[in-house]
Amino acid sequence: MTTATALEPVEVRARVAAEVAAAHADDVDRTARFPAESMAALAEARLLGSSVPVELGGEGLALAVLVGIAAMLGAACSSTGMIFAMHHSQVLSLTRHLGGSPALAALASRIAREQLVLASATTEIGIGGDVRSSTCHVDRQGDRVHLVKHAPVISYGDSADLVLVTARRDADAAPGDQVLLACDSDQVALEPRGTWDTLGLRGTSSRGYLLTADVPADRLIPAPYEEISSETMLPVSHALWAGVWLGMARAAVDTARRYVQSAARKAIGTTPPGAPALVALVAKLDALELQVMDAARTWDALRDDREALGRIGFMVRMNNLKVTASEAVADIVAGALRITGISGFRNDGEHSVARLFRDAQGAALMVHNDRITAQTAQLLLVQKRS
Amino acid sequence: MTDDDRIRTVLQAHAKLRVPAAGLADGDDLYAAGMTSHASVNVMLALEDAFDVEFPDELLTKHTFCTIATVRAALQSLTEAAA
Repeated sequence: MTTATALEPVEVRARVAAEVAAAHADDVDRTARFPAESMAALAEARLLGSSVPVELGGEGLALAVLVGIAAMLGAACSSTGMIFAMHHSQVLSLTRHLGGSPALAALASRIAREQLVLASATTEIGIGGDVRSSTCHVDRQGDRVHLVKHAPVISYGDSADLVLVTARRDADAAPGDQVLLACDSDQVALEPRGTWDTLGLRGTSSRGYLLTADVPADRLIPAPYEEISSETMLPVSHALWAGVWLGMARAAVDTARRYVQSAARKAIGTTPPGAPALVALVAKLDALELQVMDAARTWDALRDDREALGRIGFMVRMNNLKVTASEAVADIVAGALRITGISGFRNDGEHSVARLFRDAQGAALMVHNDRITAQTAQLLLVQKRS
Repeated sequence: MTDDDRIRTVLQAHAKLRVPAAGLADGDDLYAAGMTSHASVNVMLALEDAFDVEFPDELLTKHTFCTIATVRAALQSLTEAAA
C-alpha cells in the first residue's frame, strides 16, 4: 500500500499529470472525448483520493492546495481541470458529511485506496436548473434504496466509479427536502439521453441520462443535502472551478506574452504593439489569482466552523467568486486573443488561444451566472452588515 | 390581532406552505410544510414590516424560521431588546 510519506510532493505529482493532460488536450477537444490519459495520470499520481482525510487513507489536502492543482491542470487541459474540480467537490461533499456512518467511512477509504472517480447528478429535468430542489425521491424498501432520476447532465457519467445523486427524502417530502445518495457504478444504470457536442469543455462528456439506482440504504448520507450544499459543495466547487479558470487565464496570458516577446525579437528597440495591452492583462490575472486563492484559504480556515460557513456574508462571497472569476477568465482570454491576433485566432500554431477561448465561454454558463446572481440578490435582501 | 395571528398571516401570505397557516401547530416544521429558502426571505421581509423590527445577521439561520415557536421567540428577543 502506498503511504503519504512515500509520495513525491504534491506539486511534482501535479506537474507530471498536467504534462500528460497537455499532451492530449487537443485530441480530447477535437474528438470530444473523456481525457482518459490525464485521469489515469492523476490516479497514478494518487491525486484523485488526495482530498480524503488522512485518517481515512487520503492526504487531507487543503482546498488552497487543490485549487493550485486545478489551476495547473486547467492551464494544460480545461476539461481535465473541470473534471478534477467536479470530482473533488464530490469527494469533499461525501467525506465531510459522513455522520459517523461506518459504511460511508469505508467508502471514503475506498476512494483513497482505489483512486475512484466521483461524478454528480444534482440537476433534474423539470426543476428549471435549481439544484436545491428535486422532483424524484428515494424509495426505501427494506435495506435497499431505489431511485429513478431524469438527469439532463451527468458530467463524465460513463467514466465515473461513483455517482452522488440528489433526491427528495421520501415521496411526501418538499422539493427542497433533499438527501444525497452515493451510488457505485454497478449499482446504477445510466441510459444515455442525448450527446455532448459543444463549443467548449468538450472533454467533460456532460451528457444527459436516465438514472436508475438500486443501492444499500447505508449509502444514504445522513446529513440533509441543504447542509452539504451550503457548507461544502457550493463553496468548494466555486473555488475549484475558479482555480481551473485561473489556470486557463494564466495559459492565455503566457501565450500572449510569448507572442509579444517574439514580436520584440523581430523589431529590437521598439515596443511591440501588443505590449501595453499585455500589461493590463497581467494586472487582471493577478487580481483573479488573489481573489481565488484568498477565497480558498478562507474556506480552509473556516472548514470546521459550521456557523461561519453558514453566514450570509460568506455565502455571498463564494457566490460572487463564481460569477466574477468566470467573467474574468472570458475577459482575459479575449484580451489574449486581441494581442495575438490572427495567430491566436488560428486553431494551430504556437500562439493559438482558440481552444481556451471556446472553453472560457462555458464558465459563465455552467450553473448560469444569472441564476447565481439572482440567489445572491436574495441573500442581500436579508443581510444587515457586510 | 395577537402576535401569533400576525405571524400566521405573514406565513399564509408568503411561506408558500402546502397547508393553511391557521392549521399549523406551534412546533410544526415550516420547511417540511413546503417553505423554500426563497420563500423564507419573503417571510422575513414581511415579518420585519409587520413587527417593525430588523432581524440581525446572527438570527438569519434556518433555525430562526423553522417553526412558529422559533419565529415568535426571535421576534420577542428583538422587541424586548428594543424596549
